[in-house]
Amino acid sequence: MSLSHDVVIVGAGGAGLRAAIAVAEADPRLSVAVVSKVYPMRSHTVSAEGGAAGAISAADSLDEHAYDTISGGDWLCDQDAVEAFVAEAPRELLRLEHWGCPWSREPDGHVAVRAFGGMKKKRTWFAADKTGFHLLHTLFQTSLKYPNITRYDEWYVSRLIVDDGRVCGVVALELMSGTIETILGRAVVIATGGGGRVFPFTTNAAIKTGDGMALAYRAGAPLKDMEFVQYHPTGLPFTGILITEAARAEGGWLLNRDGYRYLQDYDLGKPEPGPVLRSMELGPRDRLSQAFVHEMTKGRTIDSPYGPVVHLDLRHLGEKVIDAKLPMVRELCRGYERIDPVHELVPVRPVVHYMMGGIHTDLTGATGLPGLYAAGETACVSINGANRLGSNSLPECLVFGARAGQAAARYATTAARPGRAVEAQGADERRRLDDDLLHRGDGPDRISALRGQMQSILEDVAGIYRDGDSLTKATDKLRELKERAATAAIDDTSRRFNTERVAGLELAGMVELAECIVHSALRREESRGAHQRTDFPERDDRQFLAHSLAHREPDGSPRVSRLPVTITRWPPGKRVYGR
Amino acid sequence: MTDNITLRVARYRPDDGETEPTTADYDVPLRADWAVLDGLNYIKDELDGTLSYRWSCRMGICGSCGMMIDGEPRLTCATFLTDLRPGPVRIEPLANFPVIRDLIVDLTDFMHKLGKVKPWLIRDEERSVDDGEYLQTPAQLDEFKQFSMCINCMLCYAACPVYGLENSFVGPAAIALAHRYDLDSRDEGDRQRLTILAQPDGVWDCTFVGECSAACPKGVDPAGAIQQAKLDAVKSILMPWRSR
Repeated sequence: MSLSHDVVIVGAGGAGLRAAIAVAEADPRLSVAVVSKVYPMRSHTVSAEGGAAGAISAADSLDEHAYDTISGGDWLCDQDAVEAFVAEAPRELLRLEHWGCPWSREPDGHVAVRAFGGMKKKRTWFAADKTGFHLLHTLFQTSLKYPNITRYDEWYVSRLIVDDGRVCGVVALELMSGTIETILGRAVVIATGGGGRVFPFTTNAAIKTGDGMALAYRAGAPLKDMEFVQYHPTGLPFTGILITEAARAEGGWLLNRDGYRYLQDYDLGKPEPGPVLRSMELGPRDRLSQAFVHEMTKGRTIDSPYGPVVHLDLRHLGEKVIDAKLPMVRELCRGYERIDPVHELVPVRPVVHYMMGGIHTDLTGATGLPGLYAAGETACVSINGANRLGSNSLPECLVFGARAGQAAARYATTAARPGRAVEAQGADERRRLDDDLLHRGDGPDRISALRGQMQSILEDVAGIYRDGDSLTKATDKLRELKERAATAAIDDTSRRFNTERVAGLELAGMVELAECIVHSALRREESRGAHQRTDFPERDDRQFLAHSLAHREPDGSPRVSRLPVTITRWPPGKRVYGR
Repeated sequence: MTDNITLRVARYRPDDGETEPTTADYDVPLRADWAVLDGLNYIKDELDGTLSYRWSCRMGICGSCGMMIDGEPRLTCATFLTDLRPGPVRIEPLANFPVIRDLIVDLTDFMHKLGKVKPWLIRDEERSVDDGEYLQTPAQLDEFKQFSMCINCMLCYAACPVYGLENSFVGPAAIALAHRYDLDSRDEGDRQRLTILAQPDGVWDCTFVGECSAACPKGVDPAGAIQQAKLDAVKSILMPWRSR
């Protein structure tokens, strides 16, 4: 007998919980399932530090937020989506305030806003530098008051059930017991976050394996703009732990080995003592990470045991500002680098941080598959285009999580209950997973070794700069790796909390995402935002003012097509920073 | 040549017929910047794929990787191997919880308790979002801020001798969270929560050992919250007109 709900949400981070609350509030009679491979408060939203953008000050406007987002995204954003996003972001952030989020405040009690990279006005709401943590816990705690939300904590979804072209549930593995169940739903919302773990050096948590993207892709929904992977300019070496952009927004400097603020050499403005919006250290992330590579080539970076680094200098901010505005930065530097940013320089290097691409959706979060919705980093609406601006991702989770939840609720109200035929699909998947678990003991490869190989392939060919020859070679390597991943050894034959089995399922999905990234990057013969081709160094609006859509072919390989970008009011222009 | 350190890891696989936990020794590289979690990941990736444990953010904010390290409840991502020399380092599942397998404990009971204390903003009258934010000064924010920093890592439950003896006790993190909302100037739900906390298994079970606050990796003071809640409970009995 299957479990059954009206709406099944996969993922319990910012977007998933916001979607769940949206469904619960749309109609208290609707039953909502929230299925997540970790407890909600472990979701990676928890790691977001700097803030959430939403124009509220009298000096700011929605159009300015839209323009910063669109130019920051190198004109690959769909402008209708951006307009909806900037209009709804402030309301969503206020709603979070009403639910108890401890936003940092002005002395008069109003919510405070700070500067952020690529933003021309101060519009980033923050809760010190633990914004994602507070946002996630507020959403999770608030979700507890809705009796129509049922959580499936620590359940791993292995497959979407598609019946007659319509998505009507999931098959999931309960980790604690190892049992495999079918959870039926009239609508399914995917909100599983990004997949930074396809790269070796990333700010992303261990759980960020892109599961939802792989689920949708295999079910027939295309993945959009997968070639756009954001490198954040300031990660700690070795761990990849993120030092928030807020550190630069509060006035931090980036210095090369000569103590020189090198960004002035890369058309990002002139150095001023204090932070200047859309200039120097407050330029966009893609441009800052690219500048690092040039400094490295010039021999002006600093050698460390974990490769070249530059220095983030916060010393001139003083202990008081650092403790008030950047307490987590100090905590992380002390804990993981054993240095104190009040007195010492912080070594940093670019690190894989965010996927602009994801499951192709419309403005309501609907995918091309009836009954399937997606929101948050796992989706691509697209408001981030070729490069996301810092502090746009948290409000994206809220705005489009709410939209996807509302759309899924509407769909679930009218859609028929899934038929009996889907039970057979659940049984098939159960058989597949059990055979898989029991007959992999003697595979020739180890999961961890294959994962490492996949990660180094991606770092080699799909990093900050790419070229056609390397990408072409990588497509063959990944195809071969995908076959080996299907037979990699699983030594653990226990049903109960078998994390090796989950790692095997995650790896199979990640290799498919890696293929999508490489194939999409190969087809885009231009340079735009986070996608820089040394063999095609210019942006080419004539051919590529278009999204890439990766479709899964019957043989399992990706086919890439194009979809025009929606332009409403901002024709493509030059990205100008520091001037 | 890197030195090694031995991790003495608790193993328990009831599916394989084990009725009692055992231990297994693994030698892992002793690197200056390796946390205990890096050692566990080395075991999982290089030595023994069957070892099970939870982890995710490896930056002390997701709360997944709490374990007993040499008998103390700690976050494995924030505890460094070089501080545990010469070893062997004992790594066991968090105390006071049922063990599912290896280093993974069952949190079902805590998740249930968390919901029971109503950890959400309660208002007599909800204001519309159109009317803007509830004003809150930095000083009012400071009133509850530290109690909002709990990451639900469960170290305080593993440290709490009362919870160890009687797991019906609501426990430190859940009470601290209730207190967080009680102290929030925007909230009007303290009476509802007090009714819950003043029940048997609520704040009165605490014998004020203070181990919870000592174990907290985020500087939250659950013991202080519990004492304050006891005072509030007494006040509401003696001076009912003073509570909302």
